[in-house]
Amino acid sequence: MSGGTRLENANPLVFQRSGERLLTATDEDENVADPIDDREIFDLIRSINDPEHPLSLEELNVVEQLRVNVNDQDSTVAVEFTPTIPHCSMATLIGLSIKVKLLRSLPGRFKIDVHITPGTHASEDAVNKQLADKERVAAALENSQLLEVVNQCLSSRAM
Amino acid sequence: MRVRVKVGVALQAMAADSALLLGLVEEFVTGQQDSKAEETATGVKNGQFTILQLVEALGLSLTSSEPQTRGRGVQLLSQVLQQCYGNLQESEVEVLVTFYENRLKDHYVIMPHVLEGLKALTKCLVLPPGSAVSILKSVFQDAHVQSLMLAQRSCVYCILINLMDSREEELKGLGSDFVFGFVQSMDGERDPRNLLLAFQIARKIITQGYEMGKFTEEFFEVTSCYFPIDFTPPPNDPHGITQEELILSLRAVLTGSQRFAEYLLPLIVEKLDSDVQSAKVDSLQTLAACGSLYGHKELSEFLPGLWSSLRREVFQTASEKVETAGLSAVSALVASLSRSVLSSDSEDVLHVFLDLILKDCLHHLAEPDLKLVWPSAKILQAASNASYRASLKVMSAVMPSLLEQYNTQTQCSQRRTLLEVLQGFVQPSLHGTEHGEDNVLVEFQKPLCSAVFSALAESSAGLQITATRLLTSLGKQSGLLPLSDLELSVHHLTRLVLEEQDAQVSLAVMECCGALAYIYPEAFAMRMVPRLKEAIFSEPMVEGDRPCPSDSNSQQAVRRRCVTALASVSSQPSLVQESVPVLLQILTSAHTGRDSFSSDEVTSVCHSLQRIAEQAGQDPEVGQIFHDIVIPRLLGLAIQAALQGEDSSGRNSLLKDEAVLSAIVPVLSAVCARLHSELASLMASRAVRLFLDGDVSFLPENAFPSNLQLLKAHPDSCYQTRTVCLLMACVCSLPRSVEIPEVDRLLVELEELSFTCLHPFSYTSAAKCFAGLINKRPEGTALDAMLESTTKRLTAEVENQSPMRMQAFTLLLWVAKALLLRYHPLSTSLTDKLFSLLGDSELASHAADGFYLLMSDSPDVLNRGCHANVRIMYRQRFFAENSAKLVQSFNSAVPERKAAYLKALSHMVNNLPKQVQLTELPALLPLLLEALSCPDQGVQLSTLSCLQPVLLDPPAALTTQLDGLVARLLALNSSPSMKVRIASLRCILALSHLPDHLVLPFRAKILQALAVPLDDKKRLVRKEAVLARGEWFLLGNPGR
Repeated sequence: MSGGTRLENANPLVFQRSGERLLTATDEDENVADPIDDREIFDLIRSINDPEHPLSLEELNVVEQLRVNVNDQDSTVAVEFTPTIPHCSMATLIGLSIKVKLLRSLPGRFKIDVHITPGTHASEDAVNKQLADKERVAAALENSQLLEVVNQCLSSRAM
Repeated sequence: MRVRVKVGVALQAMAADSALLLGLVEEFVTGQQDSKAEETATGVKNGQFTILQLVEALGLSLTSSEPQTRGRGVQLLSQVLQQCYGNLQESEVEVLVTFYENRLKDHYVIMPHVLEGLKALTKCLVLPPGSAVSILKSVFQDAHVQSLMLAQRSCVYCILINLMDSREEELKGLGSDFVFGFVQSMDGERDPRNLLLAFQIARKIITQGYEMGKFTEEFFEVTSCYFPIDFTPPPNDPHGITQEELILSLRAVLTGSQRFAEYLLPLIVEKLDSDVQSAKVDSLQTLAACGSLYGHKELSEFLPGLWSSLRREVFQTASEKVETAGLSAVSALVASLSRSVLSSDSEDVLHVFLDLILKDCLHHLAEPDLKLVWPSAKILQAASNASYRASLKVMSAVMPSLLEQYNTQTQCSQRRTLLEVLQGFVQPSLHGTEHGEDNVLVEFQKPLCSAVFSALAESSAGLQITATRLLTSLGKQSGLLPLSDLELSVHHLTRLVLEEQDAQVSLAVMECCGALAYIYPEAFAMRMVPRLKEAIFSEPMVEGDRPCPSDSNSQQAVRRRCVTALASVSSQPSLVQESVPVLLQILTSAHTGRDSFSSDEVTSVCHSLQRIAEQAGQDPEVGQIFHDIVIPRLLGLAIQAALQGEDSSGRNSLLKDEAVLSAIVPVLSAVCARLHSELASLMASRAVRLFLDGDVSFLPENAFPSNLQLLKAHPDSCYQTRTVCLLMACVCSLPRSVEIPEVDRLLVELEELSFTCLHPFSYTSAAKCFAGLINKRPEGTALDAMLESTTKRLTAEVENQSPMRMQAFTLLLWVAKALLLRYHPLSTSLTDKLFSLLGDSELASHAADGFYLLMSDSPDVLNRGCHANVRIMYRQRFFAENSAKLVQSFNSAVPERKAAYLKALSHMVNNLPKQVQLTELPALLPLLLEALSCPDQGVQLSTLSCLQPVLLDPPAALTTQLDGLVARLLALNSSPSMKVRIASLRCILALSHLPDHLVLPFRAKILQALAVPLDDKKRLVRKEAVLARGEWFLLGNPGR
């Protein structure tokens, strides 16, 4: 974000990053199958860049491991995210980034549900509806400008 | 008569010359033969014709009514002048200048040649006074520079540069007209090559003090319109001009004079609003460059505007580059304001500026969990580091508030942030102390130390780690850690060593101990080492009869931390003297079996000893301690343990373990490699006498049998012969100048042992020791004879199906390595032997792995640390000489033997420097692709690890093989080994960074194929798949 444009929330709360997941002996063992768990999903989305700040979604506490729910057996994932302020205009974009990241990173068998933590955004329902609509997500990604912003959020720290 | 003949000959010659000259001119002008110019110039240079004659000969062409012909005439003259300007007389130059000045008014087709001629004339040393000014006047008046072609504009700039170099005084006589003429000439220049010249002239105008008068603003306008420079050189640009070059030369112009300040500073403020990141960075760097020249007079008016732009950039940017540039600009401004001399009536602008900064930043420090705390802290630190005066003001505003907040805040994360900010301010700075001024921080020393101590006593790991760093910073500055606080610090650190279980905190504590012990060795020797020793030897608490397992675990952990701490603090001789005896005492107890040390603990003691020896470097005092005390004790204990092993009834000493022996080796070798010559010779003779003759007189506790024969192979016991690794550690790492006594006898014994011993550890160590000695042995008949007999025996043993084949092979391998490293001619026959063994039914796989050993550095012998004779680039040489051979034998090998060749090849390629890999790869690529399909997982893995770095910067040869490569990599995704799957996914990730047009065709296929490993059963594989697939998705898409 450059020039004279003012950010909606110029001085947000910054949270500490959690460390890398610790390697255990079973992780290295060929014969043990590791199920996909909450932490693994959280690791996928925590490093997504915020569209406005040079901070990750984890540092802004937009995503928390607590709000990730995965069931490997039933192939379902549910992620709740919390916009930093209730009127955040970036909420849809953040949700879309999370959704796209999961679509690209999870096996096809998973059903992915991304929505706003209840009671944290003014137009919660509208955003949730957009994110749940497959057609609209697909259409959004056809828009090259939107795709560009989403890709920037997902790229491993541009610049 | 004779005289007349001579004159006649001369006349004839002259006539011939002038005919020749006329011919040349004719052929050039009307015959259009360009090569004739060269011939004419040669004629003029060696005195065959004069310039006057040339002008006469040109006569008709120069006065012709056809502009083309006149042009051709002038061209010839100019080309000749370019080569012969050094031979001209002043009078000739004068005439020529006048001629050319007139020609400037001529037809436009002649113009290029006229300028060339003038350029040549301006290089003349004999340019008559006044000509420079008249040339310039004519050029400015008659040549409309920006309507000329590129090359002619460049010519004009060169004329200016030449004249400025040689006729500075005359040009200055022109007054501001010169600057005006230049401004007009360069106004609108667009070519980067010419811009570099123009900026060079502009820079000269500023530095040599040409008068600008009323044209200052025009001059600034005409150069600053290029700022900020945005230039991307075309691909394959032959001129090699970079954006960086242009930026720097323009910056030198813009920041070159204080008189530009009133124009430049508003321009910078304006450009900082730009959306282009490189423009921002350039503006900030330019601002920082102004700092060295500008003073408060230039800056004061613009400070509020500059500050608000700087603040916005540092506060809002997402880019580290912008932030860094912004901070250095702040620093430069503060530094320049601090330097300026104040006049008595003006206010101190430094204080005004710092007040601005403090007003905007200080309150953010009071919100330690919000984002802006960091940028604010960094700005304040940058300002405070800029000068002593600034640091006085900033510190007195920042420190009390930070310290007070730290003391009143209750949340851990906030206190941690505050402490980290504090640490940033306590960084040792460059100024202040060197001028003999008191450290600014002295007045805050008490509260800082108590903040550190309170944080060290907390249970939060983050807080403790930050506190150790802050403590280190305090300790490094004089006056910030007085004795009483130092003692308290050592107390805290000792407590943390003993009690803290968190690995990261422990590591930070060790680092802090190491740094402080180097500065304050006495405090650590007196207060820390004794307490660590006590903790190591205290018996664990016993509950009932046996210690409960978790308790003994933690006792082990405490001991391990104590041992590491002992190594960390031992950087000064006085501390080594205290810590080493404690470590040796542990080894002694481990040997006698007291105090229940585990073999892991004993190895970690050895690592600590090694670390102490390594960090002491060449310190003679430490060397003496190790030589006199450590080595005899280590050898004594190890040999006692080995002898004990003989009678099975004895106690079980830990020092019998192969793992422990292997850990003692690097200690001895680290010490021996650092001994000074006298001690080194003593060491050599002691070690040799001990192992050859059983002379134990230098070992402590004389409890050894008299007929000690450590190098004799015993068929049923390996304990004694294993000690040969200690001999290797002692004699193979000494400096090359040290002569080993009785080396022949020693070599014979070692050879015998390595051929006949049954225990792998013993015969391998003997072979290594043999190789280590051979490698350092001076050339000569003694060495050759020795090698000849050994080689004969080796060949015989390896070729026969003898039971000792493995032993012979091991020795062969090590001797080959020893000779290969020093480029010994015999090495070829030995390595050829190894190549032929790749086809051997029994030894093929060992031989293939042997190439890894040949090409890599061995940790304990034959490396540079051991002073081995290692010639540079031996790997490249070996590879160059043998790769073709290897490929050939691979092609002719039977299919079931091919794996060994591929393995050998991948070992060889893997150990080559990357530069060589890139050049060799094209030839080897087909083979490496073959290796990817080889069923041996080891070969697959080693090939993948060799391919991956190459893919990051791929050679052209790869692009034709991409199809095959992609197919093979994708096939490896279903390998049963997770390591192979991970490595192949990493290669696929690397492929995504290749140029788009090469890899885009594979995008769909790879994205589909990568969906499978997303569901891999191993998490580590999934992680790599996610990374790779993410990158491939971005490929060819906007926003990458």
